[in-house]
Amino acid sequence: MARSLRQLDYSVLQQCMHCGMCLPSCPTYDATRRERSSPRGRIALMRAVADGELAVSGVFAEEMSYCLGCLACQTACPAGVDYAQLIETARAEVLAKRPPTPSARLWRALTMRGLFLRPRLLRWAGRLLRLWQRGGLQAASRRTGLVRLLPADLRRLEPQCPFIAPRFSHQLIRPVERPRGEVRHRVALLTGCVQDLVFSAVNRDTADVLLANGCEVRTPPVQPCCGSLHAHNGETGPARELARRLIDLLPPESLDAIVSNAGGCGNHLRSYGKLLADDPAYAERARLWDSKLRDIHEWLAETGCRPPGAGLGPLTVTYHDSCHLAHGQKVVRQPRDLLRLIPGLRLVELPEANWCCGSAGIYSITQPAQSEALLRRKVGHIVATGADVLATSNPGCHLQIERGLAAAGSRIALIQPVTLLARAYRAEGASPEVSR
Amino acid sequence: MPLTESQLADLRTLVGPEHVLTSPEDLVAYGFDGTAALRQRPEAVVLPADTAQVAACVRLASEHGIPVVTRGSGTGLSGGSVPTPGSIVLCLVRMDRILAVDPANLTLRAQCGVITAAVDAEAARHGLFYPPDPGSMKVSTIGGNVAENSGGLRGLKYGVTRDYVMGLEVVMPDGRVVRLGNACVKDVAGYSMKDLFVGSEGTLGIITEVLLRLVPRPAARRTMLATYGRMEDAARTVSDIIAARIIPCTLEFLDRVTIGCVEDHARIGLPRDCEALLLMETDGHPAAVEDEARRMLEIARARGAREVRVAADEAEAARLATARRSAFSALARVRPTTILEDVTVPRDRLAEMVAAIAETAARHRLKVGTFGHMGDGNLHPTFLTDERDAEEMARVHAALEEIVDRALALGGTITGEHGVGLAKKAWLRRQVGDASHDLMRELKRALDPRGLLNPGKILD
Ligand SMILES: Cc1cc2nc3c(=O)[nH]c(=O)nc-3n(C[C@H](O)[C@H](O)[C@H](O)COP(=O)(O)OP(=O)(O)OC[C@H]3O[C@@H](n4cnc5c(N)ncnc54)[C@H](O)[C@@H]3O)c2cc1C
Repeated sequence: MARSLRQLDYSVLQQCMHCGMCLPSCPTYDATRRERSSPRGRIALMRAVADGELAVSGVFAEEMSYCLGCLACQTACPAGVDYAQLIETARAEVLAKRPPTPSARLWRALTMRGLFLRPRLLRWAGRLLRLWQRGGLQAASRRTGLVRLLPADLRRLEPQCPFIAPRFSHQLIRPVERPRGEVRHRVALLTGCVQDLVFSAVNRDTADVLLANGCEVRTPPVQPCCGSLHAHNGETGPARELARRLIDLLPPESLDAIVSNAGGCGNHLRSYGKLLADDPAYAERARLWDSKLRDIHEWLAETGCRPPGAGLGPLTVTYHDSCHLAHGQKVVRQPRDLLRLIPGLRLVELPEANWCCGSAGIYSITQPAQSEALLRRKVGHIVATGADVLATSNPGCHLQIERGLAAAGSRIALIQPVTLLARAYRAEGASPEVSR
Repeated sequence: MPLTESQLADLRTLVGPEHVLTSPEDLVAYGFDGTAALRQRPEAVVLPADTAQVAACVRLASEHGIPVVTRGSGTGLSGGSVPTPGSIVLCLVRMDRILAVDPANLTLRAQCGVITAAVDAEAARHGLFYPPDPGSMKVSTIGGNVAENSGGLRGLKYGVTRDYVMGLEVVMPDGRVVRLGNACVKDVAGYSMKDLFVGSEGTLGIITEVLLRLVPRPAARRTMLATYGRMEDAARTVSDIIAARIIPCTLEFLDRVTIGCVEDHARIGLPRDCEALLLMETDGHPAAVEDEARRMLEIARARGAREVRVAADEAEAARLATARRSAFSALARVRPTTILEDVTVPRDRLAEMVAAIAETAARHRLKVGTFGHMGDGNLHPTFLTDERDAEEMARVHAALEEIVDRALALGGTITGEHGVGLAKKAWLRRQVGDASHDLMRELKRALDPRGLLNPGKILD
């Protein structure tokens, strides 16, 4: 993968014919009405940098950071521009040319080069955080004003910090689990980072749904981060290293599918081929890996998901598209179709369902104002549907929207589609009239 | 010449400092429109909020002799809003209010920066219809549509933007504000001044407000798709349909190259060995639509269509329309540079023109897909090329020259809906002749004697 815009294959930039069809899909253009905050404007800036006509200035850096990376422009683009690759390359260049401030550097070192490279360490951090949250320390420090001693960035984040799950994925899922009947497919389950610490139950649900559909599920207890966080923020080196580690851990040759249940991770996971294209030892396997990578909904739809024999009672559900699932992976119809398989469930369409909720990786940290504005817009639409449940399938969206709904005083529950499916399968056993 | 600090300060006072953009990053981002290979940075970009601000900016520019390039959403395909050197870009997207819908007189009044699709959406809320539907309607502004006299897929039955403009508010090159036309269906008071500004590409005045005519929304619609072994058969189908006194709202075609690209990209199961695909749609009263659809089907069969599919419902209609709707996207991803042309010929010469384009492309070893509006003779030969390959670009230009000559020989025009701008300026005199060309120049001089509004566009 190119580390600077100049190194990048120029035809990727040139593929943008600046027709402007992306403008109405872009949340930042919608907010500012300024060309430079639009996809085609940003691409024009990137091209000017590649042509040596524009410096990698502070404004350039700001604009690249202001982009959500939601990839809605890729859905709108008639010419198939690979915007994901462009914005990642631009951010890598910004990082190389404009060293971040010392505190941002420390942050990056701690997170991207520290925690998110070491899965065991990350879990230890999770345990510490859990202790802080459960042991009454959090409440106490808030009461006593101790939180004010935290650096400003951390203080702002502290109330947003997700509640750590009581147990992590490896405590819920055995390394190999077999379905009851015949094994129809052999798949690996990726447990993710945030998903593992916060939504390990969703990982369990995913395994259950796979088992209910004849899959043998392999779930290595310790899995490295997929590297999406790194790639999206210009840390190309660590991103490549993590990709290699994951390929070694789950050799694609031996699997029918590698299943991800987090939209953002999935989108990055299926671009290892591009990431490792110039690595002779891995290029070929990375391409094979990409061809086997599936989002859970996509995999279930493709292999024919068994309709659950029991429902969850009358339930009105609306669905929010995770950006990287919809715009990145183009998985749009499948989650909706799966939800409709559940007896008694009524699906109502959410207006602007595929408009970003403002979570966007670490965007809520780097661009809090824009992130909040998008969240308010999203929550307004959700509340107006009158649904009982909002379904979405990305940990970032989940946390962000859950926080937004709570702040708005809404009682709408947030449940991921696989969890609803898993509950329906479990209800089959509970209801005597249904035979398994 | 760069603007002086005091000129910039004056502009900031007029529209607010945050609406005057001068950073290199902003100037790069307004240096182009939707046209391939045209780029020029302006000196500043100004985003006014209302007519008074537009007028004040124009007055200031005129006092200092600064050229002004008006811009809507910058989706133009002839370089109309590409800045001229030393110019200020006046970008009007902030003027995006719909001012009124009048259901008694069937009109809609809007500021120039309203997005085209929003005009029709507002009309639909009143059971009404704004028919012009350029492919860019989710992005383009209504002011840009009027300035380009844009067309769309419904030209044959519903006409083009001009047919819906009843009145305009225009800021003249000296900053005067004039109101032209009104809500009267009949009005012969003096010259039809509003018509002068329709299609004037920002060279005569700045359109700040529009008064549009609406029509009742059709109650029913039927869509069908036919494939043919010969382009002439598709063209004859169209002639026969019109001779049978049916005016369909849509008659769109794709040629063989385009069908192949659509199939590569969207895999919708089109036969790759057919020469033409025709998408037909009729709309109106349900009973009339049923009758017309049946007769169109018969005509298509009689004209040797290999297959005709009639959509049973809206969902299927949308599926059938996919082939036409994805034509441009399918072509645009084949090569790095896509040049979209829009030569137009009288309807009965269309098949001949398509054949001439294919022959010219082959002779110059170029990949050109042609699609377009068969009902109104408007073609979009689309060159798939690479602007960095000078040798290939020379062949593109040579082929273009021949295509333009051929279109003119067939009694056609160099541009049916995209405008002249920069891209087609060189051919205008060839088409209209010396006398007409001189008359255009005199008109421009009369209204904009110092040549400050969009200089260098349409005319040198
Ligand atoms: C994908 C795609 C599909 C398209 N499909 C069609 C189609 O089907 N039919 C069609 O006709 N065109 C089509 N176009 C061309 C283009 O969208 C139209 O010309 C449109 O009207 C331009 O509107 P805009 O707001 O983007 O104007 P701009 O591109 O910003 O400006 C166009 C011209 O109008 C002038 N102008 C803009 N606003 C004003 C104003 N308020 N007052 C005075 N002058 C003004 C500018 O100076 C310039 O000369 C298409 C373009 C694209 C990219």
